[in-house]
Amino acid sequence: MILGIDVGGTHTDAVIIDDFTVKKTAKVLTNHENLIETFQKVTDTILGDENIDDLDRIVLSTTMSTNAIVQGKINTVGMILASGPGLAPSMLKINEHTHFLSGYVNHRGIKIAETDYDEVSSISKRLKETGIHHVGIVGKFSTRNPELETHIADMINDDFEHLSFGHRMSGNLNFPRRVATTYLNAAIWDTYKTFVDDVLKFVETIKASIPIYILKADGGTSAINQSAKYPVGTILSGPAASIMGILSLSNFTEDAIALDIGGTTTDIAIFAGGVPLLEPFGVTIEGHKTLTRGLRSKSIGVGGDSKVSYDNNDIIIGPERAGPAAAFGGPYPTPTDAMIILGLTDIGDKQMAEIAVGAIADKMGVSVPETAQTIFDLSCRKIADTVNEMIEEINNKPVYTIHEILEGKKISPKALFVVGGPAKPMASRLGELLGCPYHIPDHSEVANAIGAALARTTTEITLLADTEKKIMTLVEEGLQQEISSQFERQEGLSICRERLRERALKMGAQEEDIEMEIIEDQTFNMVRGYYTTGQNIRLKAQIKPGLIAGFRKEASI
Amino acid sequence: MTKPLRKTGLIFFPAFDWAISSTHPEREERLLYTQDQVFEEGLLDLDNIIEYKPGMATVDDINRIHICVPDAASVTTESHLISAGGAITAADKVLQGEVDNAFALVRPPGHHSMMVVHGARGFCNVNIEAIMVEYIRHTYGPKRVAIIDTDCHHGDGTQDIYWHDPDTLYISIHQDGRTLYPGSGFPDEFGGPNALGATINIPLPPKTSEEGFLYVLDNLIMPILDDFKPDLIVNSAGQDNHYTDPITDMRFTAQGYAILNDRLSPDIAVLEGGYSVETALPYINVGIILAMAGIDYSYVTEPDYDPQAIRQSPEINQYIEKEVGLIHDLWNNREAKKASMKYNSEFISRTKNVYYDTDGIHEKQTETIRVCDDCGGLLTIDSRANYMNRIFAVIIPRGSCSTCRKKGEEIFNTTDQKPFKYVYFQDRERDVFLVK
Repeated sequence: MILGIDVGGTHTDAVIIDDFTVKKTAKVLTNHENLIETFQKVTDTILGDENIDDLDRIVLSTTMSTNAIVQGKINTVGMILASGPGLAPSMLKINEHTHFLSGYVNHRGIKIAETDYDEVSSISKRLKETGIHHVGIVGKFSTRNPELETHIADMINDDFEHLSFGHRMSGNLNFPRRVATTYLNAAIWDTYKTFVDDVLKFVETIKASIPIYILKADGGTSAINQSAKYPVGTILSGPAASIMGILSLSNFTEDAIALDIGGTTTDIAIFAGGVPLLEPFGVTIEGHKTLTRGLRSKSIGVGGDSKVSYDNNDIIIGPERAGPAAAFGGPYPTPTDAMIILGLTDIGDKQMAEIAVGAIADKMGVSVPETAQTIFDLSCRKIADTVNEMIEEINNKPVYTIHEILEGKKISPKALFVVGGPAKPMASRLGELLGCPYHIPDHSEVANAIGAALARTTTEITLLADTEKKIMTLVEEGLQQEISSQFERQEGLSICRERLRERALKMGAQEEDIEMEIIEDQTFNMVRGYYTTGQNIRLKAQIKPGLIAGFRKEASI
Repeated sequence: MTKPLRKTGLIFFPAFDWAISSTHPEREERLLYTQDQVFEEGLLDLDNIIEYKPGMATVDDINRIHICVPDAASVTTESHLISAGGAITAADKVLQGEVDNAFALVRPPGHHSMMVVHGARGFCNVNIEAIMVEYIRHTYGPKRVAIIDTDCHHGDGTQDIYWHDPDTLYISIHQDGRTLYPGSGFPDEFGGPNALGATINIPLPPKTSEEGFLYVLDNLIMPILDDFKPDLIVNSAGQDNHYTDPITDMRFTAQGYAILNDRLSPDIAVLEGGYSVETALPYINVGIILAMAGIDYSYVTEPDYDPQAIRQSPEINQYIEKEVGLIHDLWNNREAKKASMKYNSEFISRTKNVYYDTDGIHEKQTETIRVCDDCGGLLTIDSRANYMNRIFAVIIPRGSCSTCRKKGEEIFNTTDQKPFKYVYFQDRERDVFLVK
């Protein structure tokens, strides 16, 4: 038996899954000031007279990290950057406590300039004097050689409460994102740590030994104590929960579109062969582009409660919400009002909807139903256009080999899954516009909690071997070790698999959920002069986002 | 540095699965570290840098400018079509106004490919800039185009293709041909009789550094461009003038390339050579991208950059100043010189031997141009490769006059086919390509 909990902006949902069926659901109001109290409430409500001993695990999807960032409830962070040549430091400065070092490594991880101890200690002194306790250390190309970052850490370790390292955030290249990710990780460190402690304390009051998991941005889970090491991994888990929810409710293994239509926005995700797509570099939060692995989604300001206005002979939908639909006493007409007038849904006060939409109809000089039809069509079309844009973006993703260009892999959706309040009235028209059959899964009102409950543990590992330098780097582990000049790709692949497995188990994965996949596999001969001097091997393995093993496709939830 | 930001398109195609041979300079590894540096700098996250996937050039695109023997499909592989296609994508994005400028960071290169193609020479099979330029003219109408070739090797292929075209200014700045492949590119190579002055060669002595290149840019190239008034500037952006390049002997730098692109401000840049894959290319390419996008590039330097250590000698300063003066005079007097030229025949021929080093082919070619004041002139080519494959080609120029067209059609129709394996007819005005 699994308990899945999703903390949303308004409601917190809980679901109990037993033998892969939804046994119970519950919904309480979210108290953002005291999330622990919200957990307690929703847990009490749903557990009722259930036998606690039957509970195998609890999975939480929370807005904790996201809200800390959005609301600025963060630590002041000192940033120490070893940026080397490239972009001007002014473009890399993330806050007023950003300092630059002269030491750096190059793209092959070769140390070009040594770290200057005096430089580091004077920066450290200044940061301490400012009252800073949290520091991020980030080197350009530190994923190629983490030594520089760890070396700096050794120098200042005793000066601060917490140090975040760039190379631990991701194995991918992108220095500005690495800076932003490390910064956010350090910034939410205390808030998240406190939260985890509180959750653990609370859970102990129910049943001490029950494993608790947190949902991450990539739609995978992590044991809660492990997640505290990299809190930045838990940002934007809300959209991830929704996508995993649709995945678990959809029972589909082909390309598909997933829509979560809410009051203010519609979130779009794409499944490729039944697997949710990841952001190519990482998720973006509050303008910070990060390296945090996350499910690819696109949000558009069209929802059931979007404000509909009329300006310059044009009907404008959204992008903001100015209150509920007029049919529920809101100040402006909304797509929901249009759907009520058209008889697509039977909620609220139809007369109030007609008055609100009537104001626009008068200006346009057409009937109220006609205006409602226009509003409804336009809303659907805006969503469909954004979906098509997103698919085009994915299909036009640059590739770097002739093989991939010729292969020309393309997403072509075979189904549309819609959840959210206006799913029923809108799905049919959206399916028409997008040219695929639509489905509205059952239990979609608690899709997020189901998604959290059924998500498997995910992780990835990057291995780089440079047989000329005779060095192998396991990036995310911060490990470097000597290898022979005869080291081969095959050997690298098996090390990758082994390490990935260890990592996954440490993060709380079940043995049967470790479904590995090699996602990068490149070997280059290095030639200097006219001789081959070594090989540059680049491997990456992952456990991709998906549902826990044993989830029966044929009997989906 | 406060420059306006420009929207820059980047077509990045490192062809990680293609090489001429496994230890050849033109191999899989060539743009690997460039990719690392571009990704690590996060350039693709910048709002004014947009990456595009390259399209694929077609046989028609190639036939618009080349005479391939026996045909375009036989002398190219997918890699060449993507490389030329990448240049075309760059051109489309600029000419459709999606971006202000674009950089086709693609391989393999093309500037040693001449009009007639029997095989590969100087690592090139087809001329990707020329294919792009003719695509532009075909799609977006006639344009005056200036190609500034900053590769260390003389772009003898591009020169050959545009030798008779008064609407294409080809300026090559390169290491002196007496010291480097392909051994050509001297100031007296100045364009054909109908296009005198539309080819400018600026050979530089070995060990020329930033100072010399930028002197040539400011005192010769920019003034010539001011006179020529091109609709479009293309940088044939070879990167082998770098002080660490293994197959050349110059002392140019990443900073130098960035400054050059900043001042030249090309509409389109296309990568050509450059084989210092680890210590030069990552920095040069980041420098060029930033310069094109109008972003501060002053921190882009090689790890061992020391301008003093690679400074050129005073003798080189003097040599270059003198040469720039001479070439500038040549340019200023081009029209007088053209007017003074007396030809004792309507048709002028030149014979040349072309060696395809990459494929080991010898070609002997006789090219005949009709002296014409009204257009680029009717061109015929009689070419024989390895003493066997003899072909004949009739080429009607873009904007052809009625006489050149009539004579060209007549020659094609009446040429005795017997001595030739193939006879080609390329009508650039009407986009017709025939083979018999």
